[in-house]
Amino acid sequence: MPQEHRLILKHADQPGYTPDLECYLRHGGYDALKKALALAPRDLPDGKKLPPQEQVREDVKASGLRGRGGAGFSAGIKWSLVDRRSGKPIYLICNADESEPGTFKDRQIIHKDPHQLIEGMILSCWANDVKLAYLYIRGEMPQGAKLLNKALDEARANNFLGKNILGSGYDLEIHVHRGAGAYICGEETGLIESLEGKRAYPRIKPPYFPAVLGLYMCPTIVNNVETLCHVKHIVNMGASEYAKLGTPNNTGTRIVSLSGDVKRPGYFEIEVGKVTIGELINDPAFGGGLRDGRKLKAIIPGGSSSKILKAGETFKLNRKGADGQMAKVDVPLLDIPYDFDSLMAAGTMSGSGAIIVLDDTRDIVEALANLAEFYAHESCGQCTPCREGSLWMSKALHRLTHGHGRKADADYLLHIAQNIQGRTICAFGEACAWPVLSYVKKFKDDFEAKGAADEARANGAVRLNEVRKPASSSH
Amino acid sequence: MSFAVPANLEAQLDELVTHYPQKRSASLMLLHALQEHFGYISRDAVEWTARKLGLQPINIYELVTFYPMFRQEPLGKTHIKVCRTLSCALAGSTELRTHFCSKLGLDAHKHAPQTTPDGKFTVEFVECLADCGNAPVVLLNEDLLPKVTPAQADEIVARGKAK
Repeated sequence: MPQEHRLILKHADQPGYTPDLECYLRHGGYDALKKALALAPRDLPDGKKLPPQEQVREDVKASGLRGRGGAGFSAGIKWSLVDRRSGKPIYLICNADESEPGTFKDRQIIHKDPHQLIEGMILSCWANDVKLAYLYIRGEMPQGAKLLNKALDEARANNFLGKNILGSGYDLEIHVHRGAGAYICGEETGLIESLEGKRAYPRIKPPYFPAVLGLYMCPTIVNNVETLCHVKHIVNMGASEYAKLGTPNNTGTRIVSLSGDVKRPGYFEIEVGKVTIGELINDPAFGGGLRDGRKLKAIIPGGSSSKILKAGETFKLNRKGADGQMAKVDVPLLDIPYDFDSLMAAGTMSGSGAIIVLDDTRDIVEALANLAEFYAHESCGQCTPCREGSLWMSKALHRLTHGHGRKADADYLLHIAQNIQGRTICAFGEACAWPVLSYVKKFKDDFEAKGAADEARANGAVRLNEVRKPASSSH
Repeated sequence: MSFAVPANLEAQLDELVTHYPQKRSASLMLLHALQEHFGYISRDAVEWTARKLGLQPINIYELVTFYPMFRQEPLGKTHIKVCRTLSCALAGSTELRTHFCSKLGLDAHKHAPQTTPDGKFTVEFVECLADCGNAPVVLLNEDLLPKVTPAQADEIVARGKAK
């Protein structure tokens, strides 16, 4: 029986669990911080000593923790890329700009267990010699910002934050910074620009890798809310125990946001790769299946930017055979383990961990039109292919869903999307192109049939006009 | 009417500026605070913020025009943001917004935010509010409401009219 494994959300939904410090302390809060601050330098075989901060950095690397924000990049490696010899201050920013459509996991942590996030941040800052950090929360979460400010005040009052934390000699300040409704602020260099008080135009890489030239042109770490919470548990459990959770190269737990056409939408924390997409959707412990009488049409597996998966598809995944050898095996869609690597092998991504389910009553063209409108609205406007292309795609999909489509629109959409991806400063180009490419390729008949029907109707109307009868169209 | 920031609010804003090694970083936080107090960001507020941070007005104005949450005109006392994006759309958010609009005599075909002539309501279609498991969701001023039904929408309208 597949089950949830709650590590990050262990207490969040327990009756009586409140977001205040007193409750957090009763549940072992800030013990990981105390443990880390008490670490002694570790002896190395060559006689040198590994300072406690470096031990935690090594542990995060050894734990296999991968970023939970979308890209799934190794958190330990991200930290190891930080330029520590520049002489400039190192900044850490918590990316709490949760706005990938379908995703609502960070909200649970911020609202129900804010101190866990703050403890994870303090540990991460301490391990990376950060003295000043920011919590960038999206503007549409005003209550979350208030909760975080209250929690930070409590942490300061109890010397978990501020000068000489718990007598360790370590100083740290964390401030809440609110965004103001722009999706692009989730992109880390756009977020940095926004934090500098500018329009959130992402920076070009190279040279502006945050690890070297980030906030105020100083080395900067940007980590997602959930990722930072995991650091606390890695310190608590030790890297090797933590790495036993999940599956190789896909360690730990992650919170999956499930929405759309399932009986029981919600968030579920699972061991990465231990539960399949089918179980997440159909098992009573998770989504509880589709509504009665409905059949699966498609799955958006990792936030709206991920490529769609069509019901009935199979994928070649690496599996260990009976002889212990890895071999490519055909795996049906619903049997794909929900982890970073399997979804990548299936040609898509687990992204922000957000699954949106579409059943057979849904019009795939309508669904894409909805998302295309999102991307057209959210393009920051810096790069021409994305600014113009996202709008053209949205317009083409608007006419296809409003009775003015053409059969050729399907190919037109593919053409535009292909000319956006890879031609922009940031990954938003891919984020808006991938849905279009995958929906149109996998459901081309739906798009062409809709366009052809509109054309036939328009031609019919023209013929009626020719014999001086009123057109049937109401437009 | 001349633009004046009350002394206690200015003290709060001065404190916010100290959170950053570079003053310009405080601009979004200052704009949020000014919008909360005045209801919108006026030209005067733009110029005041620029002076406060040692910037040109354009440096602030370009933020007001870029970030969707900042408003250049007053909003209704009851601000209804209906989520438009996919999961909420699947759960009927388009119909929900139309319901609000028809109850309030607003044009459901207009995409931009609309305010009722009496200044009591603003209805807006916004992008994903990050609570997709509770679709359709509405951000009512600062409160996020889950699984909003037409009956609840009617209550929101009734409460807003009584304000």
